[in-house]
Amino acid sequence: MSRYTTTTEADLAAMLETIGVSSLEEIFDRQIPEGVRLRERLDLPGGRSEQDVYAHLRDLAAKNTSAEDELTFLGAGMYDHYVPAVIDMLMSRSEFLTPYTPYQPEISQGGLQCMFEYQTAISELTGLAVSNASVYEGPSAVAAAGYLAKLTNGKGKFVASAGLHPHSLETLRTYAHGYDIEVVEVPLQDGVTDPDAWAAAIDDDTSAVFFAQPNFLGAVEDASALSAAAKNSPAVVVAQVDPITLGVLAPPGECGVDVAVGEGQSLGQRLDFGGPSFGFFAATEAYLRRMPGRIAGETTDVDGRRGFVLTLQTREQHIRREKATSNICTSQALNALGGVVYLSWLGKEGFVELGELLVQRTHYARETLAALDGVEKLHDQPVVREFALRLEVRDVDAVIARCQEQGVNPGLALPDGGLLVALTEQRTKAHIDKLAEVLGAAVSEQRTGTGQEVAA
Amino acid sequence: MSLLNENRQHGDPGIEHEPLHQDVPAGPTHESPLQRDHATTIFEKGAPGRRAFQCPDMDVPVVEGLIPEGFRRKSPARLPEVSEPELVRHYVRVSKRNYDLDSGFYPLGSCTMKHNPRLHERVAALPGHARLHPMQRPEHAQGALELMHNLEHALGEVAGLPHVSLQPSAGSHGELLGVLLTRAYHESRGERRVKVLTPDTAHGTNPATVTMAGFEVVRVATNDQGGVDVDDLRAKADDQVACLMLTNPNTLGIFDPNIEEIAKIVHDVGGTLYYDGANLNAVMGISRPGDMGFDIVHYNLHKSFTQPHGGGGPGAGPIAVSDRLAPFLPKPVVRRNDDGTYDLDHDLPQSVGRLRGFQGNYGVFVRSYAYICSLGAEGLKDASETAVLNANYLLARLRELDTENRIPLAFGELCMHEFVLSGAPMKKELGIRTLDLAKRLLDHGYHPPTVYFPLLVDEALLMEPTETETKETLDAFAESMAAILIEAADDPSIAQNAPYTTPVRRLDEAGAAKRPVIRQPL
Repeated sequence: MSRYTTTTEADLAAMLETIGVSSLEEIFDRQIPEGVRLRERLDLPGGRSEQDVYAHLRDLAAKNTSAEDELTFLGAGMYDHYVPAVIDMLMSRSEFLTPYTPYQPEISQGGLQCMFEYQTAISELTGLAVSNASVYEGPSAVAAAGYLAKLTNGKGKFVASAGLHPHSLETLRTYAHGYDIEVVEVPLQDGVTDPDAWAAAIDDDTSAVFFAQPNFLGAVEDASALSAAAKNSPAVVVAQVDPITLGVLAPPGECGVDVAVGEGQSLGQRLDFGGPSFGFFAATEAYLRRMPGRIAGETTDVDGRRGFVLTLQTREQHIRREKATSNICTSQALNALGGVVYLSWLGKEGFVELGELLVQRTHYARETLAALDGVEKLHDQPVVREFALRLEVRDVDAVIARCQEQGVNPGLALPDGGLLVALTEQRTKAHIDKLAEVLGAAVSEQRTGTGQEVAA
Repeated sequence: MSLLNENRQHGDPGIEHEPLHQDVPAGPTHESPLQRDHATTIFEKGAPGRRAFQCPDMDVPVVEGLIPEGFRRKSPARLPEVSEPELVRHYVRVSKRNYDLDSGFYPLGSCTMKHNPRLHERVAALPGHARLHPMQRPEHAQGALELMHNLEHALGEVAGLPHVSLQPSAGSHGELLGVLLTRAYHESRGERRVKVLTPDTAHGTNPATVTMAGFEVVRVATNDQGGVDVDDLRAKADDQVACLMLTNPNTLGIFDPNIEEIAKIVHDVGGTLYYDGANLNAVMGISRPGDMGFDIVHYNLHKSFTQPHGGGGPGAGPIAVSDRLAPFLPKPVVRRNDDGTYDLDHDLPQSVGRLRGFQGNYGVFVRSYAYICSLGAEGLKDASETAVLNANYLLARLRELDTENRIPLAFGELCMHEFVLSGAPMKKELGIRTLDLAKRLLDHGYHPPTVYFPLLVDEALLMEPTETETKETLDAFAESMAAILIEAADDPSIAQNAPYTTPVRRLDEAGAAKRPVIRQPL
């Protein structure tokens, strides 16, 4: 008996008698061949009390430098946004935290309604008619869109912008290798997808095209032009979108995009060292019956009351098996709930205000940093919440390490002296000025040689 | 003995419903307060101008025209306009329309709805875990990498396989990785095999995964004892077989007595053996997939390892593999350096690549690791032993209550952690289907078992009580099952029209699929 099981000696005796066996061992002996019985104890430590486990996990947490411990400008796919208290409170409610997937709709109306509300919010954000109830996360959502395209047109090639998040590109390649589709990468030019190379890569055998908005370097792409280039091909147009930018950027549905997917972390989710958050998946109505994952729909009960159910389940693995539109089963319902609570918390006006704040602070940060000696912009494209710089130093990692010693994480090192810097509403002008001071000093130190010992 | 009110009317559930608000009188229609509280969405609440969010001050000079006009959004997304009090009340009220594990029993087969210890929520919320950026440099994420390394070791030990990747996001994601690893393994040997064998008892994710990974599904029959039909397997095992995907114990709750022979047949033709870990909760510390001959195992951390289900996720689906598949594991992997520090290794030339962003669902790893630390070697074994005990006890209690002639056990005598009943005699003799029984259980305050799965059992009821339920709960549930059968013998229409006490009653699912309304019109 552990603290999570409850069988007393008396229970055990009574239960064995009811079962009609003399011992617990007999139940296993009669079912498991001796050759595959484990007769040794698992090579793991013994159990520990709750307070001991807490202390151990706290000690591990203390070995990490979190966004609580330093002033961070790291982004690159996940961002240190403020998570409002209502999200913690609602996501920790038993009624949301501990139910199963809503296969019994009569007792799952809460979860189903939240999915319906979430789908509505994602549909509004993206300007696309249909959204599912969430997928795992961003990069695998890109790959899932690829599988939708493959099922739709059966063509043999994916065309992907190099501006996609590197993890998205790698994930797409991993999935596509499984069903033998080649991925052709189109390079960037001046920070955005090279329009000529893009157009040239798309042909009659193109199953889907993929770009990111904003792209990995923070640049806003000309989404309408990229979509239009695929118009005369069979290709499904897929955009990976950072949803927090959709208060200011045109929704993908108005730019000719067929499928918009992305990482939902910036919508009220913790960083959690990369997950769990949620992925979103929205599309034009034409793809409704090829969507992966759960979809909640509105209906009525026998007495005429409004209700919600999982719908269009004939797409799904538990019904269609090998003919399913995806193998996805468990996804990210709780995180998607957090997403719709966050969007409701921001609200119609707040969502736009937050986007404007990010645009202005990001612009300020970009100009301030680019004015430092030895620092220049990697590109001049418009940006919303993230931008790339080039540091004229030998070792960007050493510059970052030097900044971190002073409590500032300036961002992600990119190849060839690049630095990717991200903003959230938690980074104020004062924080940006502090970053400029610390980064400027670290770059200067290295350029004058005084920072060399830091590199070691 | 009838549990029902002697004076019940037709259609009356005969179960006392506890009103949520004592001051609300019971109406003549017997509608419960939750039923009277018709669903309204967040988009139907609020008023223009209301808000919960106060934007931080614009503390930098505002510059116009930063985003070219053509790239800008023209009209705002029509998001809700509510204050924080409205927001909280809305979602708290909505939450009350859910059944959940903290308030009741969930004997849902192959889903392992065991208790979710609250310690796990506390430790996962520590800022050192919850606010750790996934791109933080490894020297500043030593605690996280150590935790992942320790979890990998523990999971590998439970499975009896040495190499673990925590990256996949859920069981089906782990399955996809497993099949892609198999493919990479065969390709590395210059072979392009096309078939993957799955038994007809398999979870739907297995065949769906096989197709996604570019293979063809070949079904293997089930024998009279509920295990793999070894003759059928032998006939279908040839040099085109890449892999056999198996759940053991399977979805009938049967531990395959021929598992060693099955493994030999598949290995002899050069195939790999994949273990669907959905049922791992039956065998922790008792029998190990690696020792059974499996090459690849996935774990559902949201099943055996207590990540809360969240109404459909998040989960995590790590996998463990044997030596011959290790070179193909996804990037990055956690390495322990000689000096005791940890690093992320991206330099894996034979890797299949990535399955998702970053390092996986770390927040889930924290919870599952805390669970393993709490239980230790003996506790994990106790969990599986008790899960199997509880399943056998529930099965025996149902027999004691004379339900066997109506809902007999489909296969076997004893079971592992779950078992499958067939409602076929009940349907024939009482006129109620498994679905009706399930819906009537809702009125008794239970989440029903999994119904109509596995597919090869007519009117199937798949029950998994888990180890965290008390004997009293199992007794009460068995009595409810028996009472519903007795009630149906008297008047089948009661179950046929159930439920009565839930926030909504049976819903028009066909209509929902025919005319899909999947977002709020605004």
